[in-house]
Amino acid sequence: MFELLGVAPQVLFGQLLLGLINGSFYALLSLGLAVIFGMLNVINFAHGAQYMVGAFAAWMLMQWAGVGYWWALLLAPVLVGLFGVALEKTMLSRLYKLDHLYGLLLTFGIALMLEGAFRHQFGSSGMPYPIPDALKGGQNLGFMFLPNYRAWVVVASLVVCSGTWYAIERTQLGAYLRAATENPVLVQAFGINVPVMITATYGFGVALAGLAGVLAAPIYQVNPLMGSNLIIIVFAVVVIGGMGSILGAIVTGLGLGLLEGLTKVFYPEASNIVIFVVMAIVLLIKPAGLFGRER
Amino acid sequence: MRTILLAGVALSSLGTALASGAAQAQMSDSVVKIGVLNDRSGIYADLAGEGSAIAARMAAEEFGNAIGGAKIEIIVGDHQNKADIAANLARQWVDTEKVDVVADVPNSAAALAVQGITKDKKRIFLMSGPGSTDLTGKSCSPYGFHWTYDNHAMAAGTARALVEQGKKSWYMVTADYAFGHSLENETTTMVKQLGGKVNGAVRHPLGTSDFSSFLLQAQGSGAQVIGLANAGGDTTNAVKQAAEFGITQGGQSLAGLLLFITDVHALGLQAAQGLLLTDGFYWDQDDAKRAWSKAFMAKNGGKAPTMVQAGVYSAVKHYLKAVKEVGSDDPDKVAAKMKELPVDDMFARGKVAANGRMFHDMYLAQVKAPAESKGAWDYYKIVKTIPAEQAFLDPKESGCPLVK
Repeated sequence: MFELLGVAPQVLFGQLLLGLINGSFYALLSLGLAVIFGMLNVINFAHGAQYMVGAFAAWMLMQWAGVGYWWALLLAPVLVGLFGVALEKTMLSRLYKLDHLYGLLLTFGIALMLEGAFRHQFGSSGMPYPIPDALKGGQNLGFMFLPNYRAWVVVASLVVCSGTWYAIERTQLGAYLRAATENPVLVQAFGINVPVMITATYGFGVALAGLAGVLAAPIYQVNPLMGSNLIIIVFAVVVIGGMGSILGAIVTGLGLGLLEGLTKVFYPEASNIVIFVVMAIVLLIKPAGLFGRER
Repeated sequence: MRTILLAGVALSSLGTALASGAAQAQMSDSVVKIGVLNDRSGIYADLAGEGSAIAARMAAEEFGNAIGGAKIEIIVGDHQNKADIAANLARQWVDTEKVDVVADVPNSAAALAVQGITKDKKRIFLMSGPGSTDLTGKSCSPYGFHWTYDNHAMAAGTARALVEQGKKSWYMVTADYAFGHSLENETTTMVKQLGGKVNGAVRHPLGTSDFSSFLLQAQGSGAQVIGLANAGGDTTNAVKQAAEFGITQGGQSLAGLLLFITDVHALGLQAAQGLLLTDGFYWDQDDAKRAWSKAFMAKNGGKAPTMVQAGVYSAVKHYLKAVKEVGSDDPDKVAAKMKELPVDDMFARGKVAANGRMFHDMYLAQVKAPAESKGAWDYYKIVKTIPAEQAFLDPKESGCPLVK
């Protein structure tokens, strides 16, 4: 069968595995977007920029404070998350009463400003960030050479994704959150501090973007443009998965990574548009997205 | 809500367009106006960008910012690596802002578009950034000058050196636009001429961040050399990820067919050491280059000039010299004078051929190991000089209709 497709099975398995790795990035990023959208109804256009800031935070911690990868993995998302909290408190929270478009424009503007500032400071070629010693090297799987670091990325991303899904869909806190989205006034009446919960949710979503940035730093150049390259794809993933659906974001992220990997084998020139073709088809057939509900 | 989100997807692709700066408008006939048009915000912004504008200003300053009573004015524009934006901006500059010269224009697709416009409108076009040999071949122009390097020179340097080391089987990873295709062609021709073979090629979109899939295909091809026919951020990402996938440890060599010093800086010597590359200019090569580069670095936030930026300086200076000699900025007379005068400055000694190609020596360099480097930007060892005639295609074979 593989011979029929004109591709050796080794190549195919290799590409599928790579697709899974990229898919886990898509999943992690679209998860943050979906959490924010699902709970706050804000379309967080600064997500790509926050992912970039996460990577730069890791670089700055290493360069200026001598903090290594593992601590950066913890500290950088916290810093980026705190930045998100400040953003929500000072600006975003004023826009909830207005049309969603305002939130989108605000976050979009913030993304442009962040990218511009980092480009001004660091240039467009980016900065190198080394792979941590413990994860250097790789395994020869027979059909491909799998770098240890990429394997770690898949594991870390799956753990974070499933953890988040569990926290929101299966715990008491998650139940409060979901209830607060449906009817904030009623939930507040039960004595739950809804504004704090919303701020925390935004901070958490942004921290997820920061975490993805740290995970990406050793693979890609730490580059001011790294977020804008990715954000459009991630938005498409969220649209296909069904907006605000946590499970949809995770499953679609991984699935589209695989699909993109296959495209890179059979028709590489189309690899940057295949996701948008899928988006168009899904929207025609199932306008709410694969896992979404019409509101 | 979905409509909003979809609008958002569309909006984000407009993002870079909104972020770009426009050129300042000023009209006058008693000025020599030079428009530096390049990528100021994307993946080629570091190798050209504002640095090229600084270099052009440095050339103008040597003339006291004026020639025979006419002021020299430098304006800048961002083409965002899009040929249509480059063409529109160039047209607007020439039509409404009386720009006499368009300079730099990295990205061959953009340069080919601008070449068409400057040819029609009779304006001098000083190309430093683009690589396609078509610019002095079938798309040549009597007003077009290709200054710093071209893809043939890159192949004649790096590809030749590697094939001569016995690395005869190649696989190409190519940026999927005019420049990449041209570099792939030049390299393939060179490798085959020297008795090697090219096993295959894969084409990736401009601005790709994940190269693993393409590298895996290259690895699977069993070729001795993986040739990277791309530039800027694409090259640095590919080199970095090649190390991750153990490509060099596996015995395959990596050839960055167009590698700039800013790319090496971005990669760090640890990842870039040992790479062979072809360059038209290295700042630390002699006293004149060092002196100019020190002045440049002081204005450019400490970043050393790339060959593209140094080439902009040299081309603008040569143009201004010709204007001064002719005593007018008439494009026909100036273009003729530029081809008559020898080029002699800190960048190079050379001569412009009838097809607009500036012939000058190129250099084969190797990236130093971290231990060999004495400090920031001390990155290259010059391995050998590639004589101009070997580096560049004979104008008679270029296919340019201007050469008889």
